[in-house]
Amino acid sequence: MQHRYIPMTETDKKEMLDTVGVTSTDELFADIPEKVRFRGELNVKPAKDEHELTKELTQLAAKNVNTKSHVSFLGAGVYDHYMPSVVDHMISRSEFYTAYTPYQPEISQGELQAIFEFQTMICELTGMDVANSSMYDGGTALAEAVNLSAGQTKRSKVLVSKAIHPESMDVIKTYTAGPNVEVVEIDVKDGLTDLDHLKAELDDNTASVVVQYPNFYGQMEPLKEVQELVGEQKKTMTIVSSNPLALGYLTPPGEFGVDIVVGDTQVFGIPAQFGGPHCGYFATNKKLMRKVPGRLVGQTVDDDGRRGFVLTLQAREQHIRRDKATSNICSNQALNALATSVFLSVIGKRGIQEMATKNMKKARYAKKALEDAGFEVLYSNRFFNEFVVKLDQDVNHVNNQLIDKGFIGGFDLGKVDESLKNHMLIAVTEIRTKEEIDQFVKELGDIHG
Amino acid sequence: MLKNWVISMAKEKDFPLIFEMSKEGRKGYQLPELDVPDVDLDADFEDEYIRKEAPELPEVSELQIVRHYTALSKRNHGIDSGFYPLGSCTMKYNPKVNEEIVRLPGFSFVHPYQAEETAQGAMELMYDLQTSLENITGMHQFTLQSAAGAQGEWAGLMMIRAYHESNGDTERTEVIVPDSAHGTNPASAAVAGFKAVTVKTNERGLVDLDDLKRVVSEKTAALMLTNPNTLGLFEEEIIEMAEVVHGAGGRLYYDGANLNAIMGYARPGDMGFDVVHLNLHKTFTGPHGGGGPGSGPVGVTEEMAKFLPKPVLTKKDNQYTFDYNRPDSIGRIKPYYGNFGINVRAYTYIRSMGPDGLKQVSENAVLNANYMMRRLQGEFELPFEQHCKHEFVISGKKQKKMGVRTLDIAKRLLDFGFHPPTIYFPLNVEEAMMIEPTETESKETLDEFIDALISISNEAKEEPEIVQDAPHTTVVSRMDETLAARKPVLKYEKE
Repeated sequence: MQHRYIPMTETDKKEMLDTVGVTSTDELFADIPEKVRFRGELNVKPAKDEHELTKELTQLAAKNVNTKSHVSFLGAGVYDHYMPSVVDHMISRSEFYTAYTPYQPEISQGELQAIFEFQTMICELTGMDVANSSMYDGGTALAEAVNLSAGQTKRSKVLVSKAIHPESMDVIKTYTAGPNVEVVEIDVKDGLTDLDHLKAELDDNTASVVVQYPNFYGQMEPLKEVQELVGEQKKTMTIVSSNPLALGYLTPPGEFGVDIVVGDTQVFGIPAQFGGPHCGYFATNKKLMRKVPGRLVGQTVDDDGRRGFVLTLQAREQHIRRDKATSNICSNQALNALATSVFLSVIGKRGIQEMATKNMKKARYAKKALEDAGFEVLYSNRFFNEFVVKLDQDVNHVNNQLIDKGFIGGFDLGKVDESLKNHMLIAVTEIRTKEEIDQFVKELGDIHG
Repeated sequence: MLKNWVISMAKEKDFPLIFEMSKEGRKGYQLPELDVPDVDLDADFEDEYIRKEAPELPEVSELQIVRHYTALSKRNHGIDSGFYPLGSCTMKYNPKVNEEIVRLPGFSFVHPYQAEETAQGAMELMYDLQTSLENITGMHQFTLQSAAGAQGEWAGLMMIRAYHESNGDTERTEVIVPDSAHGTNPASAAVAGFKAVTVKTNERGLVDLDDLKRVVSEKTAALMLTNPNTLGLFEEEIIEMAEVVHGAGGRLYYDGANLNAIMGYARPGDMGFDVVHLNLHKTFTGPHGGGGPGSGPVGVTEEMAKFLPKPVLTKKDNQYTFDYNRPDSIGRIKPYYGNFGINVRAYTYIRSMGPDGLKQVSENAVLNANYMMRRLQGEFELPFEQHCKHEFVISGKKQKKMGVRTLDIAKRLLDFGFHPPTIYFPLNVEEAMMIEPTETESKETLDEFIDALISISNEAKEEPEIVQDAPHTTVVSRMDETLAARKPVLKYEKE
């Protein structure tokens, strides 16, 4: 049977077999030893035609609650934001999405320039000197930063705040097992990294200190104080994971003199997609330029003197340096970096501030509404768009009831911290309306009883 | 004619950056109105934490954005633009229906932390995909968590490390990698804390079994192998190699970069591999996206399953759950559950093809490659004589003697509207060109490409300058890469 993706006809096949000098394609597989030759039929479901398959998968998709069917107050690293239509339209240009890594610059200027623009935008947001072309996600970007710090300082201990995203903490622990770096977890006090504990653990074997800004609980870590503390240990690096949207309002980490800033640009036009693909970013100071993992695009000129762009400083990378490379990363998240660039072009210089502050204002409205309804909200008012609410019952139980009311409730903090059982992390973004917030608070109040 | 082209192209000015189009006061966004009472945010923060200078993002209108990125897309070559025989990258057609399915709200807008009961459809798809991959490769269990091939390699090696450690075997510090291997193999070995040791390729382009016996020792943690290998040749002595490595206590790692050659013909699980990664963005049509995102699921044998990254997706009484209670797991390797969006595309593809279709994919990919190889072997040197699998390597040695390097040939191909093959890789073939046509290309396209390569070879004999100075028809000519590396300019700065 002729499949629509496969153009070879019987006539083609005959002509080609003649040219090759064999009578059947089986002869081309004769080098596979009979003992390992697979003679059965692959046990996968039979093919479906386009219409039937689309129908089946549409029904499968319809089983999932989503942010189009429900109003979401769930964040914890993945957020429901404004999605300008142009973003998906631009990344759907197939010259972008069906291209490989831009190894041939003459026919890849589009992708290369888009990445160069992405690198620039990340530097602008973070206040750093250099940004790469993307990482898998914020969590692995952070883990790569940790390993970079150990390699660079030749030290074997890192101090990681427990107020970073718990899954990032898990990823760091897995990534550091290879180079054998010790991870010391720094306690949290009142929703912030305990600086006394940090100070006590900081010593001349500390490769880096890792904090998240704003942290997992939405609270702004006092980066200036952290940096001052770290500065007391020469060579120790400061690594900051940042929600880049928050940097539309907060002072960028680069201004405090930190060494590496990483994070995820899912907040900029990338759908949640059940957790991926999102898009990690990786930014450093100039000193670390040649240690950066992954691809970098640089500006140059062509033979006729025209400006153009190429992949550069490739001596850091696996395809040149093999086991001496700064990382094993090859494929990254280029298409989502493009989505990020389009989004940041849409939102622009003023819009990024407007978007950040609208998140903060709506979150503050929600916080007050919950307090007015008798809920206890934890920690200080120095938060971005997430805060912690204490409930009188199991969060999972509450969320199940909220689903029936048309809401996706917040994150169950008890899942990651026993002491925060019955506490919900609530995210309020710029697209939540007053009406939605009021209704959500009312439903929570009703469940709370 | 060509000269006129060159002159007119030379007149093109620098193509503008989006920042250079920016004008104060213009905007391309519209956010929802603030419908809650305004509050003074600055009252909550110390002054030093409030951003003073806005980031220099462009201020442009929506149409300007659309024109800019549309123009950029036209300065880019994708599979939809033309033939893309980039060896080892499997640049096959990326079906349009996949793009439609992944954009369904029930896949696109699902949050990883919403209750499992509300995401059963997504989890069912993942489970079904895992099962399909298990059957295609003959492995016991798969995880979809790894974001790309290189991450899969590293995760697989971490599992092998955990396996040896669980046996009290802590002295296994070496991972053997063929000299023809992709650069990620030794790089992943290093990141997983191993030392990469090289095994040689013999005169037939296969792993030298005697050399393998020489380098294998009680220090061997694993052998990493691509089969068919990066020369496009099937490792015929795979059974003996597996015996050698297993006999010394090592494990076998399968790099699935070249699975497109053997679906329905052979399975890594049957060949003796203990850990396998696949590149869903290659064999299973997740688009490459200009460099990513990919997806690199990892499959293992039953004895290795307890080391899989957590969480592990399980099915019980038709309910899907994520199991976090995995005491022997190497841990989490990525936030959430992998690149679900790419996995949806791969699943849609597998369901579009079915078992017969997948086998036909490999059959035709291999026939296409052999056809091209035989038609080109008179004009170009063919280092290895036997039938190839889905790709093959030819050498530009003969042409180099005429002053035309493989790089020049690659650049000249651009003038014919083709993406060049992978060049100068694998490292063990001089002036290498690695050609992978895939099964989705028609015979007519293959013939056009072959004819182009032969005519370029003729140009090399008759007027080499035209090849040496190529490309002549692209929006830019060859780039000064030395300048880019010597004086790195990695971001735009306003003058």
